[in-house]
Amino acid sequence: MTNNDSVYIKKSLPKNIGKLGLILFVLGAVTGAFGYITDPSRASFSYLTSFLFLLSISVGSLLLVAIEYAASAVWSTPFRRMSEFLASSIPLLLLFVIPLFFSLQNLFVWSHTDIVANDHMLQAKSVFLNTPFFYVRVIVILVIWSLFYYYIIKNSRQQDISGEQILTKNNIKLSVIFIPVFAISLTLQAVDWIMSLEAKWFSTMFGVYLFAGVTCSALAALAFIAVTLKEKGYFHSKISKDHFYSLGTLMFVFICFWGYIAFSQYMLIWYGNLPEETFWFMQRWEGGWKFVSLFIIFGHFIVPFATLLSHPSKTNLKKLKFISIWILAMHFIDLYWLIMPSMHSSGLHYSFSWMDISFLAASVGIIIFMFNKMFERYNLIPVKDPKLQRGLDFHL
Amino acid sequence: MARSNNLHSVAAIFDTPNKIIKAAKKVRDEGYKKFDVNTPYPLHGMDKAMGLSSSKVGFVTLFGGLFGASFILLFMWWTLAKNYPLFIGGKPFFALPAFIPITFETTVLIGAVSTFIALIAVFFKLPFNNHPIHDTDYMKTVSVDKYGIYIKSDDPKFDKEKILSLFESLGAVSTDLIYFPKIEKFSMFNFKFVLFLIFVAVGTSGSTYLLLNKLMYINPFDWMEFQEKTTPQETSLFFADRRSMRTPVDGTVAKGFIPYPYEGIQNPKEVLSNPTIPTVDLLKMGKKKYLTFCSPCHGNFAEGDSRLNGQFPNGPTLHSDKIKKYKDGMIYHIITNGQNSMPAYDRQISRIERWAIVDYIRVLQRAKDAKKSDLDEIKKESLTNDQ
Repeated sequence: MTNNDSVYIKKSLPKNIGKLGLILFVLGAVTGAFGYITDPSRASFSYLTSFLFLLSISVGSLLLVAIEYAASAVWSTPFRRMSEFLASSIPLLLLFVIPLFFSLQNLFVWSHTDIVANDHMLQAKSVFLNTPFFYVRVIVILVIWSLFYYYIIKNSRQQDISGEQILTKNNIKLSVIFIPVFAISLTLQAVDWIMSLEAKWFSTMFGVYLFAGVTCSALAALAFIAVTLKEKGYFHSKISKDHFYSLGTLMFVFICFWGYIAFSQYMLIWYGNLPEETFWFMQRWEGGWKFVSLFIIFGHFIVPFATLLSHPSKTNLKKLKFISIWILAMHFIDLYWLIMPSMHSSGLHYSFSWMDISFLAASVGIIIFMFNKMFERYNLIPVKDPKLQRGLDFHL
Repeated sequence: MARSNNLHSVAAIFDTPNKIIKAAKKVRDEGYKKFDVNTPYPLHGMDKAMGLSSSKVGFVTLFGGLFGASFILLFMWWTLAKNYPLFIGGKPFFALPAFIPITFETTVLIGAVSTFIALIAVFFKLPFNNHPIHDTDYMKTVSVDKYGIYIKSDDPKFDKEKILSLFESLGAVSTDLIYFPKIEKFSMFNFKFVLFLIFVAVGTSGSTYLLLNKLMYINPFDWMEFQEKTTPQETSLFFADRRSMRTPVDGTVAKGFIPYPYEGIQNPKEVLSNPTIPTVDLLKMGKKKYLTFCSPCHGNFAEGDSRLNGQFPNGPTLHSDKIKKYKDGMIYHIITNGQNSMPAYDRQISRIERWAIVDYIRVLQRAKDAKKSDLDEIKKESLTNDQ
């Protein structure tokens, strides 16, 4: 209750963290570029998976920041900066999307005009699924996200210096606008990048499915960093088990939500039993994909559900750290499972490749590098946020 | 007013949340075990201040939920897959994906209900509904805008004077002594009470019996409800074979029904001749019936190219020489009787409609290989129509 509580002493991360991020990124990028030269169509799919992984964590983190403001949440205020740091890769997405624009032909059937001309269904869909409109959609959405990122984070950082309350109010307004914009734009991105890989397939729930995974992964990334920093003593001593309990509960909720949505999507298609919908799941039940599908049911839902169910496990930092890494890995496997079985459409069949790992390493490297860079420049805790004191005093 | 050995607890009232949390901490640190705090709303940090361990009620929810899930799965397996297997929508008998929503609902329901029951049964000690602090001034203030704490007299460290001074030192607004209320005792076998029980038992069961077995069956107007007649499925006491419905005399024909002489014969030697005159109205009716009943298999133009091709036995084209050479009566015979995998349509299409279909098939066959002279005739007709 004294003012000393909110005094924050800035520490910097070990120097090799930034280097590690850079090395991972360079290694991944170089091997990835080599892969792109040898086998462009295989590399495009791997690149898309890792690009969406980066997109999930960064945009999901911005959503968490927006929710924190919109709901006027108190307990998460000390954690907010970490989500802001993680979201810092959003403007970079505009850069990383460029290689994908050059390999649309490798990814999407609908981008081949000769195939579309002979296919009535693709012709009918070409009002939406055509190359120019696709470019416009993706660029507009990424620019909108970057703008929201820029303004929300700018206000938050300015408050560290000026401490004006009006900045929080402005951010609440921005967040309230951002959340519905995010809902629509993420749905469009899900349809564009993943659903249109299988151009004849459709599921109206697909956007929500990706949203659930995105939020899970953003929360898991936040939890992993929060627990690690707490263990290493970077955090405020007043961040207690109650804060981590709340974070664990939120993660638990979104795991349940993911399970609910994933099952609902499956059950409706299973019950309807229409060939034009079921083939998508049939592909993911062929050969080795069967085991990946089963592993996702257990790994993305049952294991985290069982681990996070009890009260003590949400306050146990070691368990929380383990499960957050687990969820991040599962989100990558989930994206992999969504994207890779569609590779046959360009005349290939699935086989595991080292490129999957190299692009993943590159995107993880970017996240680490950007986080370290932000960490050096800005405070880990929004020191003059009006909600901060209440956030630190938070008790269950 | 009360004897000191009848003391339930010593209570104190505080006026801010911070003070009550401090007081709870202090009381815990002093080593008191049997104390409780009453606040008008839940206070953050109170569990910690009172030194409460986390609640065990979660286990009740867990086991309630697990019981609900396994019970309903077993139930659905037994009813839908084991005891009375039913085909539903072409799904397997034990259709797990379809059962999961129900399992989910039941898990939540049983989990929630068992938590609720456990709470009121264990925490409120259900059959009893009273507590000494009920109806005291203390309770009246802490349920409105003040924060109260009391230490029970059966605490091993209980000392009235010491506790009162402790509360004073913590800044209590007021302190209070709470006594056990006077307990009124009644015998279970009090004569009047037993008599009352018997009266209630006889009264309720008697009136229920009267209502359900007598009153409900009183028929205010029975007009023609009860008659000396037999109803379907009833045993007749009059006829020797005990049937109430009589079978008609051999050779009886329903009114308006014309029997078909070649019923059930595979390849009849002779067939009926076509009794219809192909007027425009008749052909229109034939077209309508053809499109409804025949086109799903034979195709809209009888070319055997229907929309169900591949999903069903293919209907043959009706433009083959074999069918062209058939007599009208033979086509009528096939519609009436069915052939190979084609079922009989005599129950769905009436006699005149079947003949109309035959005529329409003839029209289709003729239109399929029209001659030059037909075109001339059409032209001539249209010219005459124009004039």
